[in-house]
Amino acid sequence: MEDTRKTVLRTQHLGITFGGLKAVSDFNIEIKEGELVGLIGPNGAGKTTVFNLLTGVYKPTEGAIFLYDEKISGKKSHQVVQAGIARTFQNIRLFHQMTVIENVLVAFTKDVKYGLFSAIFRTPAFWKTEKELHEKAMELLKIFSLDDKADVVASNLPYGEQRKLEIARALATNMKVLLLDEPAAGMNPTETADLLKCIKVIREKFKVAILLIEHDMSLVMNVCERIQVISFGQTIAAGLPEEIANNQQVIEAYLGK
Amino acid sequence: MSTFMQFITTGLRLGSVYALIALGYTMVYGIIKLINFAHGDFIMVGGYTLFFTIPAFMKLGLPGWAAVFIAIIVCAVVGMLVELLAYRPVRKRGNNLTSLITAIAMSFILENLAQAIPAIGPDPRVPYMLFNNDIKIGSFSISVATLITIVVSAIIMIGLYQFTQKTKIGRAMRCVSEDKQAAVLMGINVNKVIIITFAIGAGLAAVAALMYIAQYPKVTTTMGATLGIYAFVSAVLGGIGSLPGAMLGGIIIGIVQSGTSTYISSSMADTFVYLILIVVLMVKPAGILGKNIGEKV
Repeated sequence: MEDTRKTVLRTQHLGITFGGLKAVSDFNIEIKEGELVGLIGPNGAGKTTVFNLLTGVYKPTEGAIFLYDEKISGKKSHQVVQAGIARTFQNIRLFHQMTVIENVLVAFTKDVKYGLFSAIFRTPAFWKTEKELHEKAMELLKIFSLDDKADVVASNLPYGEQRKLEIARALATNMKVLLLDEPAAGMNPTETADLLKCIKVIREKFKVAILLIEHDMSLVMNVCERIQVISFGQTIAAGLPEEIANNQQVIEAYLGK
Repeated sequence: MSTFMQFITTGLRLGSVYALIALGYTMVYGIIKLINFAHGDFIMVGGYTLFFTIPAFMKLGLPGWAAVFIAIIVCAVVGMLVELLAYRPVRKRGNNLTSLITAIAMSFILENLAQAIPAIGPDPRVPYMLFNNDIKIGSFSISVATLITIVVSAIIMIGLYQFTQKTKIGRAMRCVSEDKQAAVLMGINVNKVIIITFAIGAGLAAVAALMYIAQYPKVTTTMGATLGIYAFVSAVLGGIGSLPGAMLGGIIIGIVQSGTSTYISSSMADTFVYLILIVVLMVKPAGILGKNIGEKV
């Protein structure tokens, strides 16, 4: 069956060198609208480096990144996010001293229209926008069943909910591609199951493309449509989950020869 | 009784001015962890702007105090320029120490520039006296300048606190202060947030300048140095990085200074100010309202 979905994110021979060390080289990936692609590989393979390249934290030394037809490599991080790429972090990086709802509101910042003047003098436009934002934020929190904790300070949330809030915050940036960096790391089986449900809901509701880094193989095999495997910065395999599971090179990379 | 009231009102007035300036220190520190030594000199810039603009405003038939809006704009522009031309390029390449030295250098540059420009320095200037009448309540009299200083500062502080808590720019500021990298990845333009912070801090210094010269009508090129130190001490005492802390610290320093001058001796005022600072920092190293961030192991 021909896949007619449009390509959202595409990289061309993407690579980066840190002082002579090739951390990632010739990385090519294509993610279509609404697709969930897994990026796996042993520790230190360069998975998070790929995320840092995609979000403009690192500037690629070779290759290019395209969001739809717009070239986004070379842009500053905040511009990349504004263009439509959002991410979560391997180690949770919420704004811990702010409340749950504030964490989400922050992600709306780039889309808020009122200026400094309105903010200082509290014009009607300011109140109207702030009210709308609060409603939008609450809707989003409801999807993650965090609405009853909107005014809780983020650092007081249990671990699993902090993860969920981080995803909610990333979604609030109104992105086209969501990058999830080990969302199940450190979760117990119940929390992981909950996360799985969450990811399903996100895909149904938001129709976003997701690129997922994960170590939990059952999770990856379970949710991903396609999987790409990297080892020492090189792509060693790409394909459907069942193909990857039986790929000799992948098994060797993980377990050694 | 009237001595006591005098001591309290003087303390509050002094303290309000310190607090307004301390807010500038604390906001910039909160966001880029830099002690902006040039901040005190923004008051001097405000003072001279007022010296020139108040008479001009009055000639045009406008109220003299309205000149503060010009001073706010001038100070904000100077604040933004200092960030753009000095701090930002240095921050990109250097570390905290290089930034700190740059701030000290910037302070001297501003003072010396002011001295070198014939229209401004080097001699002190006497600005037009504003609000120089008194209000009598029974046997107690209070100058209009004092009253306005206390009330306007209180309004500004409450407003600023609301601004940081309830608006998108305020929220963005708090994010940048907590985790710059994560803020960037929320699509926040960190450099823009930093420059807005400088503009607001310097603008507040202009208001402080108006309050100050209404009480002590003398503008000098080094006026920012002393005022700046008191305000900086206020910010540290209250807990640097915390807005309510800066306000509280300012008021405490003002009251202590005024109390020592009234009841003991004005030459002892500074001794008490710094004694209290040291005692508080021994008990609470992060300042009264500062958060002690212990090393997580």
